[in-house]
Amino acid sequence: MDAPVKLHRATTTEPVEQTLYEIRQKIYPRAVTGMFATWRWAFVLLTQLVFYGSPWLTWNGRQAVLFDLAARKFYIFGLVFWPQDIVYLTVLLIVCAYSLILFTAVAGRLWCGFACPQTVYTEIFMWIERKVEGERLARMKLDKGRLSARKFALKAVKHGLWIALALWTGFTFVGYFTPIKTLGHEVLTLSTGPWESFWILFYGFATYGNAGWMREQVCKYMCPYARFQGVMFDPDTLIITYDRERGEPRGSRSKSDDYKAKGLGDCVDCGICVQVCPTGIDIRKGLQYECIGCTACIDGCDHVMEKMGYPKGLIRYSTENALKGHYSTERIVKRVLRPRVLIYTAILWTIIVTALITLYQRVPLKVDVIRDRGSVMRDADDEEAQNVYRLQIMNTQEVARDVRISVSGLDGVELKSEAQPIRVAPASSRVVPVRVEAPRRSGQKGSNRIQFTIEAADPAKSDQPPIKVVEKASFVIP
Amino acid sequence: MSVSEFTSGFWSGYIAIITVVSILACGILLWKLTTKRLPAGQKVGVMGHVWDENLEEYNNPLPRWWLWLFYITLVFGVIYLLLYPGLGSFPGLLKWSSHGQYEQEMTKAKEKYAPIYAKYAAMSIPELAADPQAREMGQRLFLNYCAQCHASDGRGGKGFPNLTDKDWLYGGDPETIAASVTNGRSGMMPPWAKALGDEGVKDVANYVLQVSGRTFDSLRAAHGKELYQQNCVACHGPDGKGNPALGAPNLTDDIWLYGGGQTSLIETIGKGRNGVMPAWGEFLGPEKVHLLAAYVYGFSHPDGK
Repeated sequence: MDAPVKLHRATTTEPVEQTLYEIRQKIYPRAVTGMFATWRWAFVLLTQLVFYGSPWLTWNGRQAVLFDLAARKFYIFGLVFWPQDIVYLTVLLIVCAYSLILFTAVAGRLWCGFACPQTVYTEIFMWIERKVEGERLARMKLDKGRLSARKFALKAVKHGLWIALALWTGFTFVGYFTPIKTLGHEVLTLSTGPWESFWILFYGFATYGNAGWMREQVCKYMCPYARFQGVMFDPDTLIITYDRERGEPRGSRSKSDDYKAKGLGDCVDCGICVQVCPTGIDIRKGLQYECIGCTACIDGCDHVMEKMGYPKGLIRYSTENALKGHYSTERIVKRVLRPRVLIYTAILWTIIVTALITLYQRVPLKVDVIRDRGSVMRDADDEEAQNVYRLQIMNTQEVARDVRISVSGLDGVELKSEAQPIRVAPASSRVVPVRVEAPRRSGQKGSNRIQFTIEAADPAKSDQPPIKVVEKASFVIP
Repeated sequence: MSVSEFTSGFWSGYIAIITVVSILACGILLWKLTTKRLPAGQKVGVMGHVWDENLEEYNNPLPRWWLWLFYITLVFGVIYLLLYPGLGSFPGLLKWSSHGQYEQEMTKAKEKYAPIYAKYAAMSIPELAADPQAREMGQRLFLNYCAQCHASDGRGGKGFPNLTDKDWLYGGDPETIAASVTNGRSGMMPPWAKALGDEGVKDVANYVLQVSGRTFDSLRAAHGKELYQQNCVACHGPDGKGNPALGAPNLTDDIWLYGGGQTSLIETIGKGRNGVMPAWGEFLGPEKVHLLAAYVYGFSHPDGK
């Protein structure tokens, strides 16, 4: 890194105190248009449509996407996840991690450049900034100038818009955990609960601070992902590169010059690639850890190349090997499909498909059998042995169920319980104590295997076969 | 080490001093290491530490706000130690304690559920026994507090009464059930082995088998009857029907707390029995006891009748 140290003014070579901390140079990224910029905006719109929009959707008379922490139930459209379904959260995280590894192996920091919330919100906040304060040069001039009524007004409008958007973001975020329509009503009447208020303000503040003020510093100093991506690259990974051979020696020239005769390369040294960079680096120095792969420099340089009448792609997606070995596009693509990438893809799809199949086949009824410890010595003189069990029946779907319990596994084993069927309310659980009796001679002294069969029917649809769950249990004969 | 060594004021002061000195030292360290003296114009390249001959620490400067984060943690620490307990035995200005928080949460929960309990408290036990919602609440309470002994289905086990039959040691009307739960019960059958001798115990056991309608040895039962009349009638009554006022069981109904076979009876008579039902009144409070009594009453009176 260059100039990390602020020097105190001194005229002699006497030792002076120098600070070991960096003073941030504010970056004024220049606006950029082009194919990649369009892609990024598409991702911004898509992710934010999902984020701001989905809490407002309704499904079966409730919020379609709702993470009800208090009731420990997560609703995602038709699915209801219970704490017992934690494995799906694990699978989701594994899928995310694998996708990240796969995408990074193929084309570097795609996530950082196109979908990361830090990038997305920074993009939106910079768009507001540009609309209010103007382009790069206007903004720089405004910041340098003295505080005037105009400057104050522009800054106030910008921060006002930022804060409004940030608060809306915080409100939306909390709306995933508490029904958003109720929350909206509470906000309007200023009657939000303490935790709701805290999280709206906290998430809003984090959005405002990170996207408005911190920006590239989040990626440079705070994000661990930025630091370990280096190990996920290999020489065949597509990265944003400057074609040094073609560009150097760089230098300014007029369009009509025969620059080749002057010994110049294709780089006109206009500095656009540096001006558009949101992290303030010069891509012509090669791959740097600060580069978030946003491709703004590609779009910026392509414009210049077009104007100059040179071929595009002085800065482009390429690989380390391709630059060295002058690969054709076909060869780069072929190298992309290397064993590493294919194995990652295969593993990723295996996990996704397995998860989807298990999700599809998930039985919407869970039963835990807990045997009473104390009751086995009951009626010790009797021919029949008795065991008492608690059946925790969890109806995970949003329809009521009529549950019938039966028992098998020993000769003459019988179930005695309250009247069947037992009604279990939608998306709720119920504890049913049951007594099981079996003749002592039907099993061995000690523990014997039995099975509970729990059949749950939808009372509204009597023609449908009931859902069946079989749970093993032990029957103790004293 | 004795307990007094930990409760004396010395250790509290010791911890407090270490904490304060550590915070101050961190602050000074941060402040001292923020700058470095170097000839003007020269940049800070390395920090001057070398390990393993040539491993050097480079100066990779962090932004200045990062430094402020360090100071903020120190300020946070000081504020925290002022507000909450942490500095030795200083209780903190907020006087927070985990027990206090528990009390607060309990008060809040009581406020929240008070209307429901008040509604049920106004209903009679037989009414509640027929109310499905009250039964559900009662079941939850029962499974939490009672099922360990009386089993999840309320049928008890050896030494723990079955609550679902209509046989009651102390009486089965609603008020008596509530009283049993509130104040607990202590049932005592004295040991008779010394007074009656082994043979005498066996004889009495056979008499008990006879009155309960089981198979018995008539010779022994005849002798046992004499012993019974001398020793047992005070509690179990001349006809063996027991006495709910004392908790003395009815011996004629063939319902047994500790088993009705000869072996079990010999053990019961010879060694005596001690049955204890703990008092739940203070722990649960009258509202929960009311619901529990109704649930228990409902075992033998499913419609509340």
